[in-house]
Amino acid sequence: MKLLEHAGKELFSRYGIPVPEGKVVERKEELKNISIPFPWVMKAQVLVGGRGKAGGIKFANNMEEAEKIFDELMAMEIKGEKVRKVLVEKKLNIEKEYYLSFFLDRSSREYLMMFSYEGGVDIEAMAEKVIKTHINPLIGIQPYHLRRLPKEVRQIAANLFKLFIENDCELAEINPLVVVDGNVMAADSKIIIDNNALYRHPELPKEDVELTPLEKEAREKNIAFVQLDGNIGVIANGAGLTMATLDALNEFNGKGGVFLDLGGTDDPEKVKQAFELMAKAKPKVILLNLFGGITKCDTVAKGIIEFMEKHKLECPVVARIKGMNEDIAREMLKDYVIAVESFQEAAKKAAELGGD
Amino acid sequence: MAIWADENIRLLVQGITGHQGQFHTKAMMEFGTKIVAGVTPGKGGMEVHGVPVYNTVEEAMEREPNASIVFVPAPFAKDAVIEALDAGIKLVVVITENIPFHDAMQFVHYAKYKGARIIGPNCPGIASPGKTKIGILPNVIFKEGGIGVASRSGTLTYEIVNALSQAGFGQSTCVGLGGDPIIGSTFIDALKAFEKDPQTEAIVLVGEIGGTAEEEAAEYIAANVTKPVYAYIAGRTAPPGKRMGHAGAIISGGKGTAESKIKAFEEAGVKVAKFPHEIAELIKNDKRI
Repeated sequence: MKLLEHAGKELFSRYGIPVPEGKVVERKEELKNISIPFPWVMKAQVLVGGRGKAGGIKFANNMEEAEKIFDELMAMEIKGEKVRKVLVEKKLNIEKEYYLSFFLDRSSREYLMMFSYEGGVDIEAMAEKVIKTHINPLIGIQPYHLRRLPKEVRQIAANLFKLFIENDCELAEINPLVVVDGNVMAADSKIIIDNNALYRHPELPKEDVELTPLEKEAREKNIAFVQLDGNIGVIANGAGLTMATLDALNEFNGKGGVFLDLGGTDDPEKVKQAFELMAKAKPKVILLNLFGGITKCDTVAKGIIEFMEKHKLECPVVARIKGMNEDIAREMLKDYVIAVESFQEAAKKAAELGGD
Repeated sequence: MAIWADENIRLLVQGITGHQGQFHTKAMMEFGTKIVAGVTPGKGGMEVHGVPVYNTVEEAMEREPNASIVFVPAPFAKDAVIEALDAGIKLVVVITENIPFHDAMQFVHYAKYKGARIIGPNCPGIASPGKTKIGILPNVIFKEGGIGVASRSGTLTYEIVNALSQAGFGQSTCVGLGGDPIIGSTFIDALKAFEKDPQTEAIVLVGEIGGTAEEEAAEYIAANVTKPVYAYIAGRTAPPGKRMGHAGAIISGGKGTAESKIKAFEEAGVKVAKFPHEIAELIKNDKRI
């Protein structure tokens, strides 16, 4: 889960990492109550990257400008994400821009601290100038690690590490970390919290606006569900198999519209819920790809029938059912679905039905 | 032979009294796994399918287990793994899903310090047909033979293994490495072991989007692996920035795409299948085997 910039900065403050004086605003009337002297920087609060390039950061010299900019920013959509808040801060006279981050490095399975003397740009663009420091998770950060950084940054790095650990971060990034009148402060924040650890952090604000309403509903029901661009809804059991099914569709020029992973369940109630969710996404055709190993195909079939009896489904269901009790399941479903034998055939048939 | 788990395994089941623990204890016994003890704090003295249950791993050590499987719920999984490692167990298979990454990171490193191997978390486990199974993989798909399989996915592995078995290609060992970003055993670990294992004639890797494990594996194969390697990568059509079911299956910052993985494999001489079941056909048509 990502935090918005302002929420990340509030976390910084709590850990003794200086941030510019600022106020987050949701309604225009609130601007008048801000006591920060002009000029201001006004920053659209979104979770997607590339905000600056998209025009989501603007400067205001007086209240009239500020109100106009506020309206502009709030009307913006940045890469499909609606702006819901604006962060107002004092405009800084930046002397230097650094980059500092901690993240979980998948390859080494250690924490990785990254620092660059040239912040403010995309980290990919400064690949060669980055000081990378691996930190063993059982040992934690050591003074010598910090001595690799310029003096004025060391305490901030130590604090950011503490924040990173205590809040179960996947990433805690300050870009840029700026020097203003000799003081170092975080001019931006990017924090990603591990979803698996959210139960330990009830205090963190939850606003993963990156999810669509249906994705949110799915999350509440504990179903792995992702909305995609196409018109074919794919239901399979297991993330890998679901992805493989979407890929197979693509081989026959079909386009996946929904990724729905049933997981290891064969609880008919859960299957019914999954189909209900799928129906709400209004696909042109549903492709069910079931491999019953532990999952029993017939109990999945029972859930499908329960759904079909209750709701009128507008679209055809192509089903490829393989594994434990496949014959029973096929017999049960024969009046409800178009049954096909192989993985490949299933993808082909669904792609045909999904085509215009 | 086989890798990591063979007929000498004496298994401890942590979380044996839960629904999953009970079900899979039975399924593993049916596969032929020797299960010597179970642990659930507070349930000591019980029996599950004839297996004695203890309150602690330390007590269970009187049954001399040499491997453990963890079904303990995510918030308590780290504790269970550390308990097994402290008791001296050298192979811990972690089935549990949704374990916080920082927890996984810690027990993975602690295992290294203890000279033990972790498989998983968020994995289906390991099966060496004809010998033992430590996991939740379905019993019926396997056939003993010479193909080593290592995978980041569950059902997709079942699909591929099933196709291999039906085509007559049995397996030496199939290991599900797990769908999380932080896992105890990697493709490289599996490749190293399969290369050494005399039973294994060819290796199948099942990868997916996210991270760079496949690229690292490709580099390792080019330099160190003499046995033929085949691969399938899931997620060629997955959009960037979306987690595709598995916590580790996400393309972020342009990294972790299927194209990059397929390219790396092909450059390392690995044959990459377009469809999961195509792996069996690739092996059939390969003159090297």
